[in-house]
Amino acid sequence: MTTISQHRPPTVPAPDQPPRRNYLNNGYSVRSWLLTTDHKRIAVLYLLSVTFFFMIGGLAASVVRLDLTTPEADLVLTETFNKLFTAHGVIMVFFFLIPSIPSVLGNFLVPLMIGARDLAFPKLNLLSWYIYTLGGLFTIYALVAGGVDTGWTFYAPYSSTYSNTHVMATAVGIFITGFSSILTGLNFIVTIHKMRAPGLTWFRLPLFIWSTYATSIIMVLGTPVLAISLFLVGMERLLKIGIFDPKLGGDPILFQHLFWFYSHPAVYIMVLPSMGVVSEIIPCFCRKRPFGYAFIGFSSFAIAVFSFLVWGHHLFVSGQSVYAGLVFSALSYLVAIPSAIKVFNWTASLHKGSISFDTPMLYALGFVGLFTMGGLTGLFVAALAVDVHVHDTYFIVAHFHYIMVGGAVMGYLGGIHFWWSKMTGRLYPEGWARLSAILIFVGFNLTFFPQYILGYLGMPRRYHVYPEEFQVLNVMSSAGASILAVGYFFPLTYLLWSLRWGKIASSNPWRAAGLEWQTSSPPPTENFAQTPVVRDEAYDYATIDAQLAAVKPSSPGVELSHG
Amino acid sequence: MIDDGFRLFPEQASTHAPRVDLLYFFLLGVAVFFTVLIAALIVYFSIKYRRGNTQVDRTVSHVESFRTELVWMVVPLILCVMIFTWGADLYFSGYRPPAGALEIRVVAKQWMWKFQHPDGKREINTLHVPLGGAVKLTMISEDVIHSMFVPAFRIKRDVLPGNYANCWFEATRTGEFHLFCAEYCGTNHSRMTGRVIVLEPAEYQAWLAGGNANEPPAEAGKRLFEELRCVTCHVAGGATGRCPPLENLYDHPVRLVDGQTVKADDGYLRESIVRPAAKVVAGFQPIMPSFDGQVSEEQLIDLIAYIKSLAKPAAAPASEAGDRP
Amino acid sequence: MVDVHSTRVPSAVRSHSDSASHSALLPPSALAHQFDDIEQQHAADELGIWLFLATEIMFFGGMFLAYAVYRRQDEAAFAAASTKLDAGLGAINTAVLLCSSLTMALAVHAAETAQRKHLIALLVLTIFLGTVFLGIKGYEYHHKYEVGLMPLAGFPFVWEGPSAGHAQMFFNLYFVMTGVHALHMLIGLGVLTVLAIKALRGGLLGEFATPVNITGLYWHFVDIVWVFLFPFLYLVR
Repeated sequence: MTTISQHRPPTVPAPDQPPRRNYLNNGYSVRSWLLTTDHKRIAVLYLLSVTFFFMIGGLAASVVRLDLTTPEADLVLTETFNKLFTAHGVIMVFFFLIPSIPSVLGNFLVPLMIGARDLAFPKLNLLSWYIYTLGGLFTIYALVAGGVDTGWTFYAPYSSTYSNTHVMATAVGIFITGFSSILTGLNFIVTIHKMRAPGLTWFRLPLFIWSTYATSIIMVLGTPVLAISLFLVGMERLLKIGIFDPKLGGDPILFQHLFWFYSHPAVYIMVLPSMGVVSEIIPCFCRKRPFGYAFIGFSSFAIAVFSFLVWGHHLFVSGQSVYAGLVFSALSYLVAIPSAIKVFNWTASLHKGSISFDTPMLYALGFVGLFTMGGLTGLFVAALAVDVHVHDTYFIVAHFHYIMVGGAVMGYLGGIHFWWSKMTGRLYPEGWARLSAILIFVGFNLTFFPQYILGYLGMPRRYHVYPEEFQVLNVMSSAGASILAVGYFFPLTYLLWSLRWGKIASSNPWRAAGLEWQTSSPPPTENFAQTPVVRDEAYDYATIDAQLAAVKPSSPGVELSHG
Repeated sequence: MIDDGFRLFPEQASTHAPRVDLLYFFLLGVAVFFTVLIAALIVYFSIKYRRGNTQVDRTVSHVESFRTELVWMVVPLILCVMIFTWGADLYFSGYRPPAGALEIRVVAKQWMWKFQHPDGKREINTLHVPLGGAVKLTMISEDVIHSMFVPAFRIKRDVLPGNYANCWFEATRTGEFHLFCAEYCGTNHSRMTGRVIVLEPAEYQAWLAGGNANEPPAEAGKRLFEELRCVTCHVAGGATGRCPPLENLYDHPVRLVDGQTVKADDGYLRESIVRPAAKVVAGFQPIMPSFDGQVSEEQLIDLIAYIKSLAKPAAAPASEAGDRP
Repeated sequence: MVDVHSTRVPSAVRSHSDSASHSALLPPSALAHQFDDIEQQHAADELGIWLFLATEIMFFGGMFLAYAVYRRQDEAAFAAASTKLDAGLGAINTAVLLCSSLTMALAVHAAETAQRKHLIALLVLTIFLGTVFLGIKGYEYHHKYEVGLMPLAGFPFVWEGPSAGHAQMFFNLYFVMTGVHALHMLIGLGVLTVLAIKALRGGLLGEFATPVNITGLYWHFVDIVWVFLFPFLYLVR
């Protein structure tokens, strides 16, 4: 928190037009956008890209769910179906979930939150976006040229020897995009270490910074292992080197170890930033400091560290030794504890707060509920004997979608709404936004809850045709998916609408704590006219609200005029 | 059972199933408890502390207590240790098949399951087994990784190329149960399904005896042994001195040139045929040619069955079968 | 727009307006706009390159893991295969790379002490030594191809003796690991060439020496990877 002079009102009324000079209107040419090194513009470029990929991945899922309404292969050929679920997984994981919050919200907010002018390496940041886009184009090419059907997990020897689809192109695309992840994480770590404003000690940092930092550690250390896994599969396909070929003494399970060594921590890359977003939203809409700040912060690091130790829980039925299974199962339970700590702390933060239910808060509360459910099913799958039954069934599909969609995507949408005014200088229509949040919540549960039941019943995943007795639950799930799809279209529409017709936002419509709110909406290119100096603790809502009350003594609590 | 119509919960058809389900229901209880707890707290706090409610006391009297944090760290941890132990214990008990289990050989390939009963009878995509008594599946893939999954038995095991994988079950109900491939294996992965048909023991014997008489695997193996000229070196009793005798070899320890001792199980025998130089027996040269690519997995199963059937030589002249395995 | 007021402004704090008004008058500064002072920039650059090297360790680590797993499966086969590699050439290459690290370190020193001629010479020498390394590697690869020990892309693999499969696995790993290493060397050589050109034009001296420093760290890392590759591939007995 910056020191605010006692003699000046802490806020100004919402202006009639956006601030004269801000990062958006600082040059309109295509060149000024495509050659920008401004972290905020790069964040917007990422926003466009990830939204694009989200729609393609969502389209693939829609066709899959539509086909699954009947037990037979009634909509597409099986080859196509296999390519569609692979496309859905590859695109959603590598081109949406992993970059979404770090590259959009992280890029935009990290310098602002720590009072810096930009990230440590702005040109590297732009390069990261180009690398991401190049990788994405490769993958689009692979899709258009006929697709890939290995599943996003590329298990050998199917991917390395048997599949005759575009494995190489897809692997190359993901390999390239991985560098974007690595460089972004590197940028964040250096920035957070070296460029915090004076007075901004570690324990005054917003929790979003803590979780971004933890995420960046995983991005930096884990992604290279994915790179080598895909590289070796590519070499086996291209040069027939047989590293995973049993006929040469190779071991297909080695691929699984290498792949999951990254891909398990990767799921924490996908969810940790969302947790950071929730940790920003809840205090703001409760008007109080989060309960257990230090514990929430440290739990992010604990998750990052433990996440590297549990990959073998994807290999319980693969034939890895029982003793390895024991170790990985035990460690998997350990990694659940820090997440539980967060959930309890978030819930406790509501206690004695002054709670309002604006859209970001709806998403945040939805996150807490759905992440809890998804995380609890993690206890099921970490139990060796239960996992034997549910591995590779729809139970697993439901488990990770509860966390990825019910968790990460809702956190992402909550963050987009929370910081929309900061990024664009406009307010979105609150009524439509709340309706959408509820629609998404309902649609999501209807889509994925039946899948738990389906999975325990024994319906395997990646199945095009299935026994008739599974149809009722599949139809329920697909019905839910249609609601979910509609729900996602609403924000796309009204957020775009708001760019032109939304109300102009003040610098801090939410009266939130944090340095990013101390500059205009949208911020100027250099972020701050002068580097702020931080004296107060984080989330000092008591002080903020006291100052607001001093200005408007008649209003009960704090009014938020919005939408 | 297949064709039973819509269900919400799978039936239990093995000795293992109820035990897994018990753990599952416990986990369900834990999950429901915590979900309801968190949801209820969120709803309760949201209503009680909503912005417009000015009657409620919001003075924060508590100091953020390390003790609270400790409680909600330790309690879940204890719960997790419990669940882990239970799951691990159950996993162990389901892992190793009991002795004397009925041994079925399974070969998976894109996109079918091939089963072979001990007497040689073969089936494709359907597996007849007797009720009661352990059944052990020894499985291998001819191509990519598959996975044998029978939901009603709560068993699953990935079937790998190049290495045998085992799982076992003991059926407790007669009927027909789904068998699925549970590891994505290419285009017709979702059609690589089948049925396990559990019959009363007497019916199973009748089924086994009926139909075409199949060549017992050991006899088929013996025929192959001669066709492939194994007998050139592997003369009965090891009389050529060029190679270790195969009598009484199965399941016994073998000493290798590098000093290791391994057990001559199915995997060892299979490897010795396709990659003989990998484990050379102490006292012998690595001169055995590899049969990799010349024998199919099913032929390997037959050869192994033959080797298993070779009894200890009645009067082996100078060879002490004990220390020259 | 809400102004941010701070009653005590540390000396290191710059405001944007300063640089804008002075940029026409002062000589170009090595200081990038996002940093407050040159020390912060150097600290950031150093941390950045070390993090990047950590990612490279993870990348190579995957290959070393594969190597360790397969070597353990059949040590004898690996040893037999390793004897087919020319340890003498490998040793020469090791010496060449170590020398190039020396010249690189000296180049960094020359850059930091603004000795332009030395910098150029040492960069060129480093490039030369790196090229020698790659040349020897190319010769070795060619030789392996000639004698049928390059089991890539369907080329025949000629192996007398047992454990042909595992020997082939050894050579697969040999080519992949040294190939990836060579790729990293090529990239390094490319960067060094760019640096040499910049040095020729009078850049990279004094406070502008950071790119040389960073490239030096990268180069040393690639060297260290080779120091591990050499015994693991050439000296297995």
